[in-house]
Amino acid sequence: MTAFARRVQQRSTLARHASGAVLALAALYVLTTAAGPYRDLQIAQAAYLTCAVAGLTVLTGLGGQISLGHGAFMAVGAYTAALVIGHWGWPLAAVLPAAAGATALAGAVVGAVAARLHGPYLAGATLAFAVGLPGLANYKPLTGVLGGQNGLTIVPPVPPAALGETFPLERWQAWICCLGAVATLFLLANLTRGRFGRTLRASRDDEIAAALSGVRVARLRIAATVVSAACAGLAGGLLALVATLAAPGAFPLTLSLQLIAAIVIGGLGSLAGAMWGALILVYVPTWAADLSSSSGLSHNIASNLPLAVYGLVLIAVTLAFPRGVQGGLRDIGGAVRRRARGRRDRAPGSRGPAPSDTSGPTTTHAGGADEATPDDAGARPDDRGDAGGRGERLRR
Amino acid sequence: MKRPRTMRALALTTAATLAVAASGCGGDGGGGGSAAPGVTATTVTIGSHQPLTGPAAPGYSANSAASKAFFDYVNANGGVHGRKIVYKYVDDAYNPTQTVSVTQKLVLQDKVFAIFNGLGTPTHSKVVDYLNAQRVPDLFVASGCGCWDQPGKHPQTFGWQVDYIREGKILGDHVKKAYAGRKVAYFFQNDDFGQDGVKGLDKYIPKDQVVSRQSYQPGSTDIGAQAQAIAQSKADVVVLFSIPTYTALFRLAALKLNYKPTFVVSNVGSDPITLTGLLESFAKKGGSEVEGSPLIQGMVTDGYLAAPGDASNSWTALFKKIHAQYIPKLPFNGNIVYGMSVAYTFAQALQAAGKNPTRKGVVEALEKSRFTGPGVVPFAYGADSHAGYTGAVIGTVKGQNVVPQGQPLTTDDGDGPIQPYTTPQPQAPANGIPAAG
Repeated sequence: MTAFARRVQQRSTLARHASGAVLALAALYVLTTAAGPYRDLQIAQAAYLTCAVAGLTVLTGLGGQISLGHGAFMAVGAYTAALVIGHWGWPLAAVLPAAAGATALAGAVVGAVAARLHGPYLAGATLAFAVGLPGLANYKPLTGVLGGQNGLTIVPPVPPAALGETFPLERWQAWICCLGAVATLFLLANLTRGRFGRTLRASRDDEIAAALSGVRVARLRIAATVVSAACAGLAGGLLALVATLAAPGAFPLTLSLQLIAAIVIGGLGSLAGAMWGALILVYVPTWAADLSSSSGLSHNIASNLPLAVYGLVLIAVTLAFPRGVQGGLRDIGGAVRRRARGRRDRAPGSRGPAPSDTSGPTTTHAGGADEATPDDAGARPDDRGDAGGRGERLRR
Repeated sequence: MKRPRTMRALALTTAATLAVAASGCGGDGGGGGSAAPGVTATTVTIGSHQPLTGPAAPGYSANSAASKAFFDYVNANGGVHGRKIVYKYVDDAYNPTQTVSVTQKLVLQDKVFAIFNGLGTPTHSKVVDYLNAQRVPDLFVASGCGCWDQPGKHPQTFGWQVDYIREGKILGDHVKKAYAGRKVAYFFQNDDFGQDGVKGLDKYIPKDQVVSRQSYQPGSTDIGAQAQAIAQSKADVVVLFSIPTYTALFRLAALKLNYKPTFVVSNVGSDPITLTGLLESFAKKGGSEVEGSPLIQGMVTDGYLAAPGDASNSWTALFKKIHAQYIPKLPFNGNIVYGMSVAYTFAQALQAAGKNPTRKGVVEALEKSRFTGPGVVPFAYGADSHAGYTGAVIGTVKGQNVVPQGQPLTTDDGDGPIQPYTTPQPQAPANGIPAAG
């Protein structure tokens, strides 16, 4: 491929992502305007979780580095937002970059440690980070600054006067979060499509081979952690604006584990999957809570039921879609397209069932379904859920 | 091979389930027609956030069940102005972040008329601004923080129980008089709850008498270091501003250290039946057997409601009757009396708001009210005060009861004096339902 052709292709990728982002913003505008205030809040929650899950997708799905500490990164972002609003009264346009920036710094520190660790050691280190960091709020010398268990209260973002007197706060919060989510997905899609994403995948699949071909693996992993942390920090800042609160209770260990679960459910390594994961994180527990509160069970059972239902959904989804929701959708899309093509060619039997008969996902799948759509451009055919596992095997 | 097809079927069903899940939690409509949100011709819907799980659940999770039982009783007897009270209480696990999200849901999705008896200082303080901005009556917060009494800033919010500054003053006065010259230590929850209590204590107990001040954060159950520090200070009296879980943890830690001071415990952390249960279950978890009841005998505390053990009290008799009918499985203790008493006050407020209650109307009615009820002291409600009960009576734990000592005392949350309150407690209405006005 000539340099010119490559440049044209890059341009078109950028244009494709940009038009996708604009389309997404338009759709979200319609959705948030039509929805009531409570729905708007849920959209806002799904949006900020999308940021965090998408960031984790880059680190874990593409980079093969596991992180059980992303809840703690979100806490850094939330507290940064609370502190700069509380002490200096910064405008929103500065608060969110500050949250992302401060968390990126934290990511650089954690990343420098994590780049030298693998598998269970890495999981352990990041787990310690997730458990320990929110505890800082209760550390005596810091309780004055961080507000202890009570946390820091944030003044909710006031909708600009230009939108009218009666413009609902919830819709404004949803807009801020949706903008954050679309911007994050747009930037990550471009980033993972380019050299960064390619080398990241290479170092995930075979570290030694990547190093031999000139990739500086440790530096790359630190960069991936920084990018991923910045996304989580932005998510934390947005969370603080929606909850109007930064408190350690918002960032328990379960949050970090739920983020991992979300990337697995959504589809490891696919940015569109991150969105599915975030939606499930928001909607399944609320739905389960509604179900259990209307079922007339004793409150001991009713208040624990949502978690149980969430677990069941997790099991069902991983059983049904071993490669996550996005992988499943692609399979279904592929199957439909193949069937349509088969009917058109009038050549049933010989070719049709073959791909689905090969056990599990392999790269011999027909290409049609794997064409990157604007919103999952980070996912290439080699981004199957088994890729990380294969890398793991090769490394040993 | 059949598996792929089964898998695909399973996949489709799951996808369908998820789609239903996503669409099933909508339903913003409804309501319409009536003047106030949550009010229809036949019902008034109210909501609350309660710790049904988490660190504050032991003991407090019974409050809302008791309120529910009282409302069921009122509904079975015709309701208030012909309307039944629908009480939705949701778990926030005593976690402020969850409080915010469940309260938003109650206000925006369930469109409740008022938030009733939201429990906890660290939790409720995170939704006060929100509720006032949305103009939702925020009635009878289940916390004695002085911060609920700001009619200028938070016109919708009303306290109910005696606030922790008043309570601290009354306990401090008692400690000063009964244990003059002895060494005193504080053990308190490190938030507005404990800090307000300490503020009240410090108004009476001389500074040089206090030898140790230790605090805890709710959530962490390790209080060994604090207990050790207090035991080493050799204080003769330990004053606890703690929720029941931490009262029990501290009592067990003292037992382990063979430290035997006099315990003075704030009302919220001193219910004998709750403590007995907690002491036994915590000890069991730690691998030892103790009998809870002997450990709390002689504990000094205070109260402002009918004592659960006082069978001659007409309020206790009424609540026992409702308890036996609706929630016989829960132990009849201070939390049950609390939950039913506060529900009684809500029914009173709804009566006072008139035949067509509005959010504004109920707030105005409360500011004009002169409610009497299950309390031994009067409320402070007025246009310039949204504080609840104005005092308490000192009591001692004997058996499973708190036995009152002396007269009820009233005071303010500033530097005002502590005065005895001599008006006797009124009798409960015969049918158990508050009269209009």
